[in-house]
Amino acid sequence: MTDRNSTTDDTAATLTSGSRRRALKTLAGGAGGLAATGALPGLSGYVQAQSAEPIRIGFQVHRTGIGAAYGRWYDRTTQAAVARINAEGGINGRPVEIIAEDDGTDPKRGAEVIEKFVNRHECDVGFGTLFSHVVIGSSPRAGELKLPYFVVSEGHHVASGMLNRYTLQPGITDVKSQVQAMAPYVANTLGKKVTMLYADFAFGHDHRDFFSEAIAAQGGEVIARIPIPPTETAFTKYFPKIPRDTDVIYHVMVGPAVLTFVKEMGEFFGPSAPAIFGFVDSLEAVDINSPGLEFLEGSYLWEGYPRYAQADQTEYDKAYREAVGVDDNGASVSDPRDVSTYAHMFGCWETLHVIKDGMQACDYKGPEDRPALIEAVEAMSDIPHSVAHPQGDKVFNGKTHQVFGHQYISRVQQGRLDVVHTTSIEDTLYEDEVDYTTQAL
Amino acid sequence: MGPDTRALAVHLAVIALLIGCWFVLPQYHTGNLARILVLATFASAYNLVFGYTGLLSLGHALFFAAGMYGLGIVMQHGGVSALPAWVFGVACAATVGLVTGALALRTSGVAFMIVTLMFAQAGYLCVLYFGDWTRGDEGFVIARTARNLIGIDLADERVRYFAGVCLFGSSLLGIGQLVRSGFGKTLIAIRENEERARMLGYDVQRCKLIAVVISAALAGAAGAAYALLFGYVGASFAAVQYSILPLLWTLLGGAGTTLGPLLGTLVMFYLVDYASDITDAYLLVVGVALILATLFLPQGIVGTLRRRVLRWLP
Repeated sequence: MTDRNSTTDDTAATLTSGSRRRALKTLAGGAGGLAATGALPGLSGYVQAQSAEPIRIGFQVHRTGIGAAYGRWYDRTTQAAVARINAEGGINGRPVEIIAEDDGTDPKRGAEVIEKFVNRHECDVGFGTLFSHVVIGSSPRAGELKLPYFVVSEGHHVASGMLNRYTLQPGITDVKSQVQAMAPYVANTLGKKVTMLYADFAFGHDHRDFFSEAIAAQGGEVIARIPIPPTETAFTKYFPKIPRDTDVIYHVMVGPAVLTFVKEMGEFFGPSAPAIFGFVDSLEAVDINSPGLEFLEGSYLWEGYPRYAQADQTEYDKAYREAVGVDDNGASVSDPRDVSTYAHMFGCWETLHVIKDGMQACDYKGPEDRPALIEAVEAMSDIPHSVAHPQGDKVFNGKTHQVFGHQYISRVQQGRLDVVHTTSIEDTLYEDEVDYTTQAL
Repeated sequence: MGPDTRALAVHLAVIALLIGCWFVLPQYHTGNLARILVLATFASAYNLVFGYTGLLSLGHALFFAAGMYGLGIVMQHGGVSALPAWVFGVACAATVGLVTGALALRTSGVAFMIVTLMFAQAGYLCVLYFGDWTRGDEGFVIARTARNLIGIDLADERVRYFAGVCLFGSSLLGIGQLVRSGFGKTLIAIRENEERARMLGYDVQRCKLIAVVISAALAGAAGAAYALLFGYVGASFAAVQYSILPLLWTLLGGAGTTLGPLLGTLVMFYLVDYASDITDAYLLVVGVALILATLFLPQGIVGTLRRRVLRWLP
């Protein structure tokens, strides 16, 4: 469905979802109404907005298909970020309007949605795609149409050089840097002999290849690689393949089968399991206290952003949770059973703030300034820790169009995830594989 | 005007109409139409076995993907240029059609449907399994610089549109000619009464196999063209929904009509596109539309038109 609402704030909603005439009418209605909504700080920005069309951001959202759970939370985070941006005066004095289109988590439909953003909705930029195959399927069309396409995917496809100059990932780190940054902690704290169990498709292969290399650099080794077909529903037969001298089991599964996987692994090993390390991806939107997941107690998980509020919670995280509507356990404030995709969805929030900064830096006025916007984002480097970037400070690489940032390792303890290690940004860096700035705009 | 000449005139008129659309439609719709024409070629390939031969296949995604990956892999890993890669893609699909057809045609009815579905699923899993070549579920991009045909940029809007017209136009004229030939009439005879066709001395198995191979080659041509024109090769095109979709497009437009696949693909595309503007449950809208079409247009749009009004429609 095409959504044209962009904020939970009443005033901003009027400005973003309604026509310019409605926005003017609202403003002319007097500051009393604005004060009642608590939006007065944004008033000065909207004075400029009176003569401006909204900035249209095409939001490619997974509302249906395998990515729907992620899509729901990407949507909420996006609405919250736009509400904040609009409350602060929009971008260059213009309100932001989100044009959301479901891509069905399908690459063909994704490319069609990109076409729709440009030629039907006249969007200024495209934004928000998560699943790698949708990004890869959509990116060529974005490049041909010269639509700045800001993805929130964590795939290595951007930095690998596979895509084009119009595709950027400035709000979330990629899988290569995430995996690489895990190796020092795994090798030095959990053990050097690792057995990998991974979903036998591209995402799992990325983990297999990147981690094997990274753990070797730390003096460790992967002593067994056990691929699990994506259609598999029973896992017990794979566990006897795990060598007896394994120190650490590294698991990367995707989809609902992970619940069965964890349960069967727990039953197989009992109390004498090796250290278990995994990625939270397959447990996003899943309550860590779900039946069967008790076997995860004591195990370690990578998190892009800690789901549970930590003892040293920053003001930025507090503000971000409040804006998005997430409680201290990472669930919706209105329904504790509705667990968020906290480790990833911050990418939407941060990417929208990068778009804002980029548009302000190049004094973006319309589609003719799209190349200037690309150059402005490419010129970014250090991104400080702030409310706009609550996950932590970051470094953006303008050549590879990829951002780098801290990673978190959490331990499951008493039914919650407690951070036990935070990587440095340096741990996540690797050699450039592409220089997109050499491509024509 | 005889029926053959009339059919040819209708087909040429449709091609002329498609050419004319480029000059009058906004860019959004010409962009969509380019995609629809490639997919309609796929649907036409399906229509040959389903609509004209009476074989309900649920495995055509395998042929579409064979063409797509045949082209994609030799371009990506072998540095082969577009035209020979496209020919290779078509050859891959035809070969896969020959092998799977020879085996699947040993069955009939529901068993044929299941066997073709199983072959397609095996193909899909192969795409995932050989990830080093295919990049598994993620797929890969064909670089824009490689997407050119003797110096012509296939990513250019106009070139892409007319490439779509050429592909669909050729398949329309080819299938139009084929189904009016003696061989085409034999296929229709098999569809209507296989035993009777066999009793009359036709080599039914051979005819069906030839139909499957031609259909597979055409589906592969569409798959390879999709990769070339839109720059993406991905496993989702090998998944089961791309076996179901050509069936739906054909049923909606009219099985056993030459123009049905185009109309079905067109209607379904815009049904999804416009329904998604109104509701998140756009697939429900599509489902209801298909149920209504089944109830009130059991022979599809073109088929019903032909039965009730325009009896001369090919």
